[in-house]
Amino acid sequence: MFGKELIRGIYTENPVFRLLFGLCPALAVTTAADTGLGMGLATTTVLLGSNLVVSLLKNVIPPAVRIPSFIVIIATFVTLVGMTMEAFFYPMFEALGIFIPLIVVNCLILGRAEAFASKNTLGRSLVDAIVMGIGFTISLGLLGAVREILGSGSILGFQLVPGTVDMALVFALPPGAFISLGLMLAALNYIAIRRKEA
Amino acid sequence: MTDKFVVGPSPHVLGPKTVKSVMWEVVIALAPVSIAGILLFGLDALLVLVTATVTAMILEALVLHRNLKPASILGDGSAAVSGLILGLILPPSTPLWMVVIAAAVGILLGKHAFGGLGNNIFNPALVARAFVFMSWPVAMTTWHGPLSLSDWTTRVSVDVASSASPLGGAQHGLMEMFLGQTAGSIGETSALAILLGAIFLIVRGHIDWRAPLGYVGSAAVVAAIYSFLGGDFALTTIAWQLMAGGLLFAAVFMITDMVTSPVTKTGRLLFGIGCGLITMVIRLYLSAPEGVTYGILFMNAMVPLIDRYTVPKVFGEVKSR
Repeated sequence: MFGKELIRGIYTENPVFRLLFGLCPALAVTTAADTGLGMGLATTTVLLGSNLVVSLLKNVIPPAVRIPSFIVIIATFVTLVGMTMEAFFYPMFEALGIFIPLIVVNCLILGRAEAFASKNTLGRSLVDAIVMGIGFTISLGLLGAVREILGSGSILGFQLVPGTVDMALVFALPPGAFISLGLMLAALNYIAIRRKEA
Repeated sequence: MTDKFVVGPSPHVLGPKTVKSVMWEVVIALAPVSIAGILLFGLDALLVLVTATVTAMILEALVLHRNLKPASILGDGSAAVSGLILGLILPPSTPLWMVVIAAAVGILLGKHAFGGLGNNIFNPALVARAFVFMSWPVAMTTWHGPLSLSDWTTRVSVDVASSASPLGGAQHGLMEMFLGQTAGSIGETSALAILLGAIFLIVRGHIDWRAPLGYVGSAAVVAAIYSFLGGDFALTTIAWQLMAGGLLFAAVFMITDMVTSPVTKTGRLLFGIGCGLITMVIRLYLSAPEGVTYGILFMNAMVPLIDRYTVPKVFGEVKSR
């Protein structure tokens, strides 16, 4: 059961590469593998909290004001995560900057609250938050790793290519985010089409 | 006898122009610029041009035909044009491996990712230049001045080359700039050679005069206004702005690209004006050294919109209310 859900979060309904959710942080913070992973974990924590509370409160939230209520719940957890990171993981907090408060408007979290947690039981919502969070973290880590390798020849700060080689700086810059995301989407679509044909 | 009776939709009469003939004539039009570049910048320029063209042609053959037969490498000539144009807008001291990557990005990402010739939204050579310009800014903004014929074979590496181009603040007479004796990218310095190519293309009917006119005209107007506001209005300033950098080269060979420019005549004029305005704004008001690349790439994205709003009136059409 959990294994099947895990495959759903990582591959068939991968938030970034299949559903195209949360592309703003996916493009903005993935200049290196570690910031991508950090962003993914922060988002997972918020997602876990918001899915938990939304699924508990789903019967008392009036449908007409559900979006503002979800936003308030999400913002609470974002503030918590932000303060925790500022206190204990300061370099990562510095590196992610404005994109930590912006987790509030990450459509992955709001999307899961709206489409899943508000309609499902507590247990299922938590599993959904975990698998979606893992899928998001892996996607951001992967995108960050690709950009870090191509842009600066290193991975998680470990230099793979001698520093004397000029790597393609564009991958560390915003255009490189779009180029690498586009190429990875194309590769995944290609695999999906081939699997369907087979 | 039965062969002569073919049932099919119009057109029944075909002109002599084909993609292939047009593309090879563009290559002929690029010859003066290439020769001028090679004479001015030496063996380096020759190697960059050959590398860019050959890489583009080989990759195109691999993508389209999956083999390297001579016929597939020659193809319809469009890869040769893109590759040669790409080589011409790179500095002569560009390392050859960078040229290979640039050509690969241009042909694979700029052209075939969008569906190949006729479907690419952006000019492949400019996509390639934008990519390498952002990846290796130092190598892409390091130029060297023309070499004398005696040290024609000297290879100038990026570390040694350091002459300022006219846009970088070098002082040159207008005649020097007209002949191309300034530092700059291989094909962009000699206005004379570019004009020779332009005359050939216009006479053969391959380019429409509207886009280049709109481009050069709007750039001239912006230059005039800028110099007037700056209090040092002079015709030489305008001529200088037009001959500096890649503006003239782009006006003749890049904004006239059949795939990435509007279909309608009014559209071409508007396209040219838009390219000119953005180019000059980037040049004069931003810290970027040259605005031609981004000006044209931006307007490339606007082409479908321009085409949509400049559909000509059908003969006899009445405005519907």
